Amino acid sequence: MEKILNEINSNRQEEIINCDVPLNYEIDKKYQRTSVINIPDLCESTLTRHFTALSRKNFALSNTFYPLGSCTMKYNPIVNEKIAKFSSFSNIHPYQPEETLQGCFEVMYELEKALCEISGMSAFTLQPAAGAHGEYTGLLIISNYFKAKGEKRTKIIVPDSAHGTNPASAALAGFEIISLKSEPDGTLSAQRLSEILTKDVAAIMMTVPNTLGIFEKQISEISEIMHKNGSLMYYDGANLNAVMGIVRPADIGFDVMHINLHKTFSTPHGGGGPGSGPVGVKEFLKDFLPAPRIIKAENKFKVDFGNEKYSIGQMKAFLGNFPVILKACAYVKALGGKGLKQASEQAVLNANYLLNLLKGKIKVATGKTCMHEFVLSSKGYLGQDVKTLDVAKRLLDYGYYAPTIYFPLIVEEAMMIEPTETESKQLLDEFANVLIKIIDESNNTPEVVKAAPVNTPVTRLNEVQAARKPKLRW
Amino acid sequence: MNYIPVTEKDKEEMLKKSGVADIDELLALQIPENLRAKKLNIPEGISEQSLLKLFSSYADKNRANLICFRGAGIYDHFIPSVVDEIIGRSEFWTAYTPYQAEASQGTLQAIFEYQSMICELTGLDTSNASLYDGATAVAEAVLLALRVSKKNKVIISSALNPEYIKVVKTYTSKLENIELIEIDIDEKTGSILKETLTSKITEDVAAVVVQSPNFFGIVEDMDLLSQITKQNNSLFISVVNLASLGILQAPGQYNADIAVGEGQVFGNSMYMGGSTFGFMAVKKALEWKMPGRIVGKTVDKNGKEGFVLTLQSREQHIRREKATSNICTNAALNSFAGCVYMAYLGKTGIENLSKINISKARYAFDLVSKIDGFSPVFKNALFFNEFVVKTTKDVKKLEEKLLENNILGPLPLEQINKKYKNCLMFAVTEKRTKQEIDNLVEILKQI
Repeated sequence: MEKILNEINSNRQEEIINCDVPLNYEIDKKYQRTSVINIPDLCESTLTRHFTALSRKNFALSNTFYPLGSCTMKYNPIVNEKIAKFSSFSNIHPYQPEETLQGCFEVMYELEKALCEISGMSAFTLQPAAGAHGEYTGLLIISNYFKAKGEKRTKIIVPDSAHGTNPASAALAGFEIISLKSEPDGTLSAQRLSEILTKDVAAIMMTVPNTLGIFEKQISEISEIMHKNGSLMYYDGANLNAVMGIVRPADIGFDVMHINLHKTFSTPHGGGGPGSGPVGVKEFLKDFLPAPRIIKAENKFKVDFGNEKYSIGQMKAFLGNFPVILKACAYVKALGGKGLKQASEQAVLNANYLLNLLKGKIKVATGKTCMHEFVLSSKGYLGQDVKTLDVAKRLLDYGYYAPTIYFPLIVEEAMMIEPTETESKQLLDEFANVLIKIIDESNNTPEVVKAAPVNTPVTRLNEVQAARKPKLRW
Repeated sequence: MNYIPVTEKDKEEMLKKSGVADIDELLALQIPENLRAKKLNIPEGISEQSLLKLFSSYADKNRANLICFRGAGIYDHFIPSVVDEIIGRSEFWTAYTPYQAEASQGTLQAIFEYQSMICELTGLDTSNASLYDGATAVAEAVLLALRVSKKNKVIISSALNPEYIKVVKTYTSKLENIELIEIDIDEKTGSILKETLTSKITEDVAAVVVQSPNFFGIVEDMDLLSQITKQNNSLFISVVNLASLGILQAPGQYNADIAVGEGQVFGNSMYMGGSTFGFMAVKKALEWKMPGRIVGKTVDKNGKEGFVLTLQSREQHIRREKATSNICTNAALNSFAGCVYMAYLGKTGIENLSKINISKARYAFDLVSKIDGFSPVFKNALFFNEFVVKTTKDVKKLEEKLLENNILGPLPLEQINKKYKNCLMFAVTEKRTKQEIDNLVEILKQI
């Protein structure tokens, strides 16, 4: 293991910051820090080596393929990173006068316009910092809408195939969660929905295509039933990469949605953020959007503090994760309308191609075709005692990141694969061969698969011990 | 550009393998025809060269790189070159959340080191991997306190950053029977008086939230406020500025239960206020109730030490609606910048940072408050790197005049709160040079 920072011995002499005014820091003793800060003073070369060594222990998009279902690990264009580094974007204070921020505001405005066109929604807030933050925002909007209408609606329907953040966000927004069972093929049935639908249901949260990569065939019926009941439709944009220019969520009945810019719009995941989760609504919900937002008035961009009576308030400090918004805007401009559609089409083709390479070698959980991702079930295809987890770990040995596993929860031994459009046919061929090889290994040399990974910096880690005797700091 | 590496010939083969003649046939197997979208009304894509030109033209419409004397939550600190170099390594910024631990030891160890340093600075036991920003970190801390205590009131200082107050209000708006009680600062000293808290605190108060240095830059008597809170069996939530902790009391020192705040001050550019990161550290007893990801150290099958995401049964992907929070993606790369920054400065550097900030702010304060028409608003108050001055000059003109000189002057507080008419809040970090401060003072004199 690379030493932990506080175990490294080195010394620094040089000053990092100097003071050109007289030092004058005496303060009353009662306000003074007494405890010692146990952080070593390291010299720059040691520090650089330390973090460079750590970087070598990471799988990343820049060194391998991530078949992570639902995460849309597509290529992060370098030019977008370059643009985000312009100091005329980065070195800006949020409380500068509006007239000095016109460039940033225009970027935000341009992205909002594009998101409206792609989704069919009337307006977006760019404030939410991640997908789950967007869900929470959307649910608060729904809550305030019914409050304004004077209707008491306390429930949200969440399919059992949904991402865990859906129910968690709905709970945070004060709703009770009703689980909707999906059909054997993973889709939702309008019939089953109407059986559980009551007058106090505020909305249904749906991911389309769903987490099995299947387009909801009964979406029109579902939308009709929900709206007849006075309920709203929430679109979880996690899988928007399947349908840009192909289907618009607003056109097929959705009223509120969020988009993950760090998925569909190519901004990097950064090892777990920053993300951005813009929330779009139809015209009748516009007043409920969080504040502040950027609007255009008389050829100038300005900050709008929203409708005080209806707005849900503020979701985070300031306007949103600007560099993420900036990179997403650059992505939209680079691809254009046609390119965005091509991206989704290719994402669907790549997934179907890979699915067909694997058919017969492993169980496909749903249907003959898929949208941008598909779910496999390794049950019955692997050697004795070999589990999906083992296959995932063995993939690491072959240099690939693992697919999303054990999700969605409705598929046993699930393996969820989303290749994205930015991978080549050659790569997909190679990946399929490796996966098939691992399935063979599981039957011929199961111990090898069960022992995986062995080619990584560490072998399988003891997670039980980590949780039972937590060691969370030095 | 569309970043698709598939050739036309490849595409033909892929379609064939998929059993369809073209992409529309493939889509028709999934999507009813009547649901298909019309052509997107978005202009054609452009080349990299044109893209750079276009975004340069947007950038040129900003006024950036100003000499910044403005703070109020986002600060212009110096960022050592090492920070951008390290976080710019693509093995970090193009990595996914470290769910597959064996393939993510770099990110995981960095988070472990980050957590350790946040604990060191705050003097608390356990840190999470980060939250979205300072505002949401405060809101999550409030939710945590409500969850743990099962009480229904929260006292918040009115000198908490106004952006944070707004977010706390949003986050608690749908919880039943929750009451937020704002307590005012003493207008003379700019800090919360003992009597104010004592008069408002009751048995059903889950937590008291105090920011120090507060929104106006004033250091609060955290010892005293924490003591009163504890006597009432409420939790003390301390909102702190990391850059001040090299010299000011650590939250652990005054027995805070939760310390939260904005991490932008450590290694992150201002970017108009985001993306940044929020930090949260808690006492051991609250560890399992904490929102967000946490990294722990463990061993692999061969006894070799390594790192994993742990205490995951708090989280939404396991617990769904019973999770401690819905947070999933957080602000990993921003907190990593904070990690590299802390590691680069080290103990000595962090202490110096605090000392230099306070020294420069005092230097500026002494000069500014001597100018005719400028007088301090809060008397005999201890401030860190921000202070408030009232002026008889035209605030709008002053701002314009400074901008002409490429200076982003102090924040006119009236913009935030009507109560503070003609009040200006100056932020002076280590990045401001003596010459810049002197120059600012000269211009203010001339107005």
